Parts: sequence; C-alpha cells; structure tokens
Amino acid sequence: MIEQVIQLEKVNKWYDDFHVLKDIDLTVQKGQRIVICGPSGSGKSTMIRCINRLEAHQEGKIVVHGTELTNDLKNIDLIRKNVGMVFQQFNLFPHLSVLDNIALAPIWVKKMPKKEAEEIAMSYLEKVKIPEQAEKFPGQLSGGQQQRVAIARSLAMNPDIMLFDEPTSALDPEMIKEVLDVMIQLAEEGMTMLVVTHEMGFAKTVADQMIFMDEGRIVEQAKPDEFFNNPKSDRTKLFLSQILNH
Amino acid sequence: MSSTAIQNISHNKYYNWLIRNLFSSWVNTLLTIIALIFIYQVGSFCLNWAIFAADFRYNFQGELITDRGLCSKNIMPGEYGACWAIIYARWDQFMYGLYPIEEAWRVNLVYALLPLAIIGILFDKIPFRKYFIYFTFVYPFIAYFMLYGGPGLSVVGTNKWGGLLVTLFLGVTGIGLAFPLSILLALGRRSKMPIIKSLCVVFIEFIRGVPLITLLFTANVMLPLFLPDGVNPDNLLRALVAVTLFQSAYMAEAIRGGLQAIPRGQVEAAQSLGLSYWQTTRKIVLPQALKIAIPPIVNTCIGLFKDTSLVLIIGLFDLLGIGRAALADMTWTKLYYEVYVFISLVFFIFCFGMSRYSLYLEKKLKTDNS
Amino acid sequence: MQTNFLRKLIFDEKSRSLLIQTLVIGLFALLIYLIAQQTAYNLEKRGISSGFDFLHVAAGYDISIRLIPFTSEDTHLRAYFVGLLNTLMIAICGCFLATIIGFLVGVIRLSSNWLFRNIAYVYVEFTRNVPVLVQIILYYSILLHLPKIKQAIVLFDSFYLTNRGLFSPQPIFKDGFSIVAWSLVIAIVVSFFVKRFLKSKQEASGKQYPIFLINSAIIIFTPIIFYYIMGMPLEFDSPVLKGFNFKGGMVIRPEFMGMLFGLSIYTAAFISETVRSGIISVSKGQREASQALGLKSNLIMRLIIIPQALRVIIPPLTSQYLNLTKNSSLGIAIGYADLVHGFGGISLNQTGRAIEIMLIVMLTYLTISLTISFFMNIYNKSVQFKGNA
Repeated sequence: MIEQVIQLEKVNKWYDDFHVLKDIDLTVQKGQRIVICGPSGSGKSTMIRCINRLEAHQEGKIVVHGTELTNDLKNIDLIRKNVGMVFQQFNLFPHLSVLDNIALAPIWVKKMPKKEAEEIAMSYLEKVKIPEQAEKFPGQLSGGQQQRVAIARSLAMNPDIMLFDEPTSALDPEMIKEVLDVMIQLAEEGMTMLVVTHEMGFAKTVADQMIFMDEGRIVEQAKPDEFFNNPKSDRTKLFLSQILNH
Repeated sequence: MSSTAIQNISHNKYYNWLIRNLFSSWVNTLLTIIALIFIYQVGSFCLNWAIFAADFRYNFQGELITDRGLCSKNIMPGEYGACWAIIYARWDQFMYGLYPIEEAWRVNLVYALLPLAIIGILFDKIPFRKYFIYFTFVYPFIAYFMLYGGPGLSVVGTNKWGGLLVTLFLGVTGIGLAFPLSILLALGRRSKMPIIKSLCVVFIEFIRGVPLITLLFTANVMLPLFLPDGVNPDNLLRALVAVTLFQSAYMAEAIRGGLQAIPRGQVEAAQSLGLSYWQTTRKIVLPQALKIAIPPIVNTCIGLFKDTSLVLIIGLFDLLGIGRAALADMTWTKLYYEVYVFISLVFFIFCFGMSRYSLYLEKKLKTDNS
Repeated sequence: MQTNFLRKLIFDEKSRSLLIQTLVIGLFALLIYLIAQQTAYNLEKRGISSGFDFLHVAAGYDISIRLIPFTSEDTHLRAYFVGLLNTLMIAICGCFLATIIGFLVGVIRLSSNWLFRNIAYVYVEFTRNVPVLVQIILYYSILLHLPKIKQAIVLFDSFYLTNRGLFSPQPIFKDGFSIVAWSLVIAIVVSFFVKRFLKSKQEASGKQYPIFLINSAIIIFTPIIFYYIMGMPLEFDSPVLKGFNFKGGMVIRPEFMGMLFGLSIYTAAFISETVRSGIISVSKGQREASQALGLKSNLIMRLIIIPQALRVIIPPLTSQYLNLTKNSSLGIAIGYADLVHGFGGISLNQTGRAIEIMLIVMLTYLTISLTISFFMNIYNKSVQFKGNA
C-alpha cells in the first residue's frame, strides 16, 4: 500500500478579497516527484508554502504525514521538522559559516551534540559535492554553490518531503546544471519532492507527475509523457508553446 | 505567535486590517484597550489644557490679559489651562525681535517671498520653473536690502533682529552659503592630491568632532582677534560664520556619500569622450550624486535649523532666546509651559515639514530610477 | 626650450598636481601667517597675555556639581578636570538611559499593534523635530518649579523631590563592604567560567542548559549572601529636614536631572529609529528559512535576526552616542557644570585666555570623538560579513 504523504482537499486561500488558491485538490504519494509549473501569479509558490505553513489557508484541509495543518503550533512544528524547503533566494545565514548554516537546525531543533551535528553537516556537504567550502561564508560562494548549501541545510534535518520553490530562477545559466544534478540525485534516492520550476528539461527527466496551475487552479495534472505530448487543456497548450519555444 | 497563525478571515480588507493590527490575539486586544485608554486620558488632558480651558487673549471674565495676574488659571487655580496671552503680547518680538514695528512690513515681505525663492529648487515639475530659479539667485540680495536697509530704506542694525527672523536668517543663509562650500569639501576629500585631500579631511573631521557651541564661542571671541582693526563683524555675522562652517562639514559628508554611489563607469565614459575633470564633475558626476544625496542633505538641514537655537548661549536672541527673555520679565514669569510649547510647535512645523519633503524626495527618486 | 618646460608644467598631470598643491599649501601657510600676526598684534594691543601658565593659577570660583573635591582655591587645571568628569558623567549616564529607552521604543515601533506603533511614532517625531536645547530648558524649568523644600514630594519614605534637587540617602560603606564588592567581582569572573563550562557540555551532549538564568543567579545572590555574612556593612545617611534645608544625605541637582532627561529622551528617539531600521534590514527570507527548518521564535531572534541586526545598528548607534556627548556641552545654558560651562566659560572670562582655553576644550572633545570612532571602526571591520556580498 503506497503511503499518501501529502493531501490537499478543497484548499482555498484569499489575500483579503483576492482569491489566490481555488479548490485545490492534490495527493502526493511517498517517493513521488511532482513538478508544478504555470505562469507567474498562478499560485504555485503559495500552494507549496501552505504545506509548511509559511502561508495559511482559509478553507479546506491539508494533511502532511497524517498530521493536519491547523493553527496548532505543535502540529506546525512537527510538520516543519519533516518537510524541507529550498528557496529561490537561497536565504543562507550570512553571519554563519557554511558548516554552521547546515549544523544549526540539528543542534537547536533536534538537540544534537555539536560534534555529531557537524559530522552530519559534513556528510551532506560532501553529498552536494562542495566539502571544501565548509569554513567559508555564504558571501564567498557562487550562486550555484550557495543553493547547494541550502539544499544540504534542509537535508541535514532528514526530512521525508522536500519542497523546492523555483530553486534555479535566481541563478546564472552556467550554474543551473550543478543544482539540478543534485536534485536529480535526490530523486534517484527516492525522496518525495514537490518542485516549482520552469526547467522543463529537468521535469522531463525526473518528474512522475506534472501539474499545470493557472489563476489559482490546478488546470491539468498528468504523467510527463501525456503532459508534454498531449496536453488536454488549451491553456496548458498555450503555456507550453510559450515556454518551450524560445 | 507566528504570523502565519493570523488568518484573514473575511474578504473585506478593512475588517482584516482591524483584526491583524489591533485584535490578532488576546495580548494584542489587551494592548489595544490600554492604548485607547492612554490616548483618551493624555489626549483629553492636552486638548483641554491647550484649547478648551485655555485663555487666548481674554480671560474667563472677559478682561484683556496684560499681566500674568489676569490669567484665568492664576485667578481660579485648578480650573483653567494655558494662558496664551503671553504669546499674543510678545508676538512682535517672537516674529521680529526688536525690529522697529513701523518697518516690520519689510520683514513680512521677506518672509512672504521666501517660499517663492525656494520652490524652484524643491520641485521640478512646476510651470515657469526657470523664472523661479532666477528668483532664487536674486532673492538673497533683495532680502538683505530689505532687512538691513540702504538707500531709500532706514538702516536696521542686526542687533535689533531677533526671534523667528534670526532663526530663519541663520538657517536659510547658513544652508545657502554652506552648500557650495560643502561641494568643494566633498570633492576635495576625494581628490587624488594628498595635500588637498588632507586639508579637507582635517577640516571635516575637526568640525564634526567638536560641539557647535565651541565653534560659536570661538567665532564670537576669537574672530575679532584674527581680523585687522576696523573690521568688526557684528554678533550675528560671527554666529553665521560658525554655523556655515559647521553645516558645510556635515553636508560635505552627505554629498560624499552620493559621490561614492556613482559607478566608476560614469567617470570613465566621460573621460573617454574627452571631458575635463571639471566638466565631468559639473555635468556628469555632481548632478547624479546630489540627487542621491538629497535625503541625507535635508537631514543635515533639519539639524542645522534646530541648532540655530544654540545662539542664545552667545547672547543672540533667536526664537528660543526671545522666549527666555519673555519669561524673565516679571509681568509674565512662570508661564514657561506656554512659551516652550509654542516654540516647540514652531520648530516642529518647520522641521517636520522638511522631513516630509525629504520622504517625498526619496519616493520620487525610487520611482524615477526604477 | 623655455616654453616647452612651462607647457609641461601646466599640462602634464603629475607636475600640474604638484603645482596646484604647492600653490594651495603656500596660500594656506600665508593665511595662517597673516592671521597669527594679526592676532598677536591684537592681543598685545588689548593687553592680553598668552601662554598656558594660567592653568596653575587659582580659579577663584566654586563648582556646585563635582565628582572630586574642588574649592575656589584650586587651580584652573583642576577646574578643567572637574568639568571633564562632569561631562563624562552626564555622557555615560545619558547614553545608558537613552539606549534603554531607545531600544524599548524601537521594539514597540515593530509591535503588531497599530496603536502602540503609532503612539511610539508620535513620540519619535515630536522629539526629533524640536531642538534638544528647547527640551533641556523645558525639563529644567519643570524641575525648578517643583515644590519648595518644606513641601517636598516624598518618595519611598526617604527620597525628597524639591526644586533644589532630589535629596536622597547617601550610602556609607563600612568596614567589610569591600569584601562584598570583591565577591561581586569574583561572581562575575566565575560566571564566565560557568558559561564556558556549560556551553561545552551543551555542545557535547545537545542537552540545553539555562545558562543565562544560572549566571544571573550567581551574580545576584553571591554579593547578597556575602552582605549578610559580613553583618550588613552598609548604612544610609538619610537627609533630615532642619530649618530651611536638609542635613545629611546627598542631593542630585536639577541641573543634572534636566540635562539627563533632555539628552536621554532626545537621543532615545534617534536610537529607536536606528534599532527599528536595523531589525527591518534583516530580510524576510531569513526568518522564513529559519521557520522552514523548524526553529522556534525565540531561537530565530537570538541566533539569526539579532546578530544580523546588530551589525547594522551599531555604527549609527555609536554616532548617536557621540552626538549625545557633544550635546552635553549645552549644559552651560542651564548651569550644569560641564567642561564648556566651567573651564570654557568662567575660566575663560576670568583669565581672558580665549584662544588657549578654546583650543584645550576643542581638542578634548576631538579626542573623545576620535577615540570612540576608532574603536567603532575596529569593531565594524571585525564583524563584516566575509565575502563580496
């Protein structure tokens, strides 16, 4: 029986009177890699930010790993421990070294001894292939390196689910590949991933579900083959033609 | 409490605003209640004291107040508020100092023309801006002639100037004279010639390291010693020298910030076109640098305006000095709240106005450049 | 050949700059020379002598507020030190009070409650746009109009607020108090070691210890325990009303209090703006990343927001401290015996040595400013984010 790790049922969200998420229904199974695409303003980022409660939904139900997301702070903490997030702007802590960035949460949230946390941090730093940068500071790294550190930082908490909010949009073109490579490796290792991105090459390689969102709704959801070769909705067709042909 | 726990419950943005800002939690609601009580108590007390229970010209018995003894609050203690009659009685002194009343129209004219003189530099989208800027350059001569006197107008020595006249004179003239000097200082500080750079650095750091009062003392006491016989600048001029030098150092630092923000590429582009140093500076670097530096420059101007109050310490009668003199008069003594609140209000209006202008400029710069 | 040389002089960049600088230095030196000449002539004409020997002449006046003993028979040099100490005293007290008020108001300006935010905003705008001298004089006037001694306002049974100052009990340190004082010093030293020890234990095991609480307890209770062990070696000489004045105790003068309130409340408004913009400057993403990692609010503040905010706050905060120190020179307006009032004012009037005295006073302030700036620059360099960001 395949475990359902994330369930969104009839989720609606407003900013005052602007309806940003409309009747979102989504189920994510363990080990799935879901790529979410769509025009800007379609609510893609908002949707995944609702999953770790960086944004709050007003209607509907969100359940992560069996825990429902409500105002209950204990639930929110529990969910955040198991869900990792990678941001478009990296958001590394500039006043801490790379190693300290990664070891911070294990020490203070999981209450690990410092040595153990640093060993774990080094192992993830090796996993993203930049162990030599451990003592450097974020300002001394390139964009691609910073994002890889950000990924390592989230992985160090051993999450079951990883959320990616346009992870390569702020990178120079020559650095996009190194980040995508790390993400592909993660996918191969069986991580459950939700990725908001415009990188369709990556999507074709890794995704097992494609979601197209527009104006707050999930317009189309399909396997990559179907999605790219035989999109059902006109809007999807329009979007794909814009994004694939420049 | 994490901000994500606060929910937008309704679709009405006003209701949501109320909830978010005032009633988002029990603690917040409690704070709102405390704040409302506080505002009510303090607000009603102040309004009462200043307006509703206050005397303006006449007391509660309808008599003209010419003496503090006639203030309602002194006749019936505990029931009445401010006695603003002192301001009315001394109004001329607050506005002009000891300027002869029959000539006061000259000062009024200068006051009235001041907004016209500065509107050209402050706003750039007004019609006929060119003519306003011409007027800006002509105004100092007109103003000086009007205030001091000369052919056709009787001479009124600066020792008779006082109150708001002195405050505005020192403020406006100080800023006007300091501005070109500060540009030279800022450019000099960035110069590659070590002598010029050192002179500017020493001057700026020295002035910024000492209190204004010491400069005022120095100008007051030492200037006569430095100058040959017969050249004896009056007190107001000495203060003006000190204030101008003081302001130029602070303004120079603000301008330097603007200069530093100009990318080297600008200068390099100008040089490769064959422009000389002064041409590059005048036409390319300065216009951009000044634009960026105007908010901090206005900040220094606000500081200068407030600092003009220090001249009372060297015996000049600016607005604050007149206020203190009024309180020393036996007729009006002890009405210190009224006098200082009035003076504070006058300064507040000018300074707050300047800081609002600075915010307007910052906004404009953001939208211009983005 | 000659014209070539001249040409080179004016148009070659290096020699031109040398030429200009020589001219400037020459003019400058000429100016100094002329002024010095004129000044010497004027001084002689007015019969004013010069030199620094006046420093060893008796001052001939009293100073009412002083930290070290001083009578009218003491020298001007000693008057200088009394004034300097008074300036430093009001500067340190003022900076301390202003920081506390400023940080509090700064935090209130970031509160989620709109009313509190704006009440604080009104305070800040009113205080920043009125000259500090007006505020000092206002507070001083209020203090001068407090009740007379015979109708003093009594606080806590032993403090008397009057128009001549706040009369309070003076602590008298008996034998054995020095032991209590040393116990405090030792407690502070011990707390450093305790902090290091507990911190390493914490890192080794991951278990969290309430280090701050433990150290606070040590620092607070150790001197208290020793105080009782030594038989309570502290007495208070309380002021007692005798006739028209209080005998005994000590008095905090209205001049000092007026300066303190005026300077602190004024500077606090600027500090609050600095604190507020410092905390805002930390980008929203930092908080979001911390939340996404599961860090709790108080840890986010402590580990992520405040360290970054402090880097932005400290430079302008230091310049506010400098401004307060320079503004303390306004004491002359209300008779607070700071450096400018006594040495710079009275001594100057009595000896006529304006140039020498003003020079000493300005150099003193300059030294204070440069010292503080120097240390601030060192601190600033050491906390810069490493890298090109």
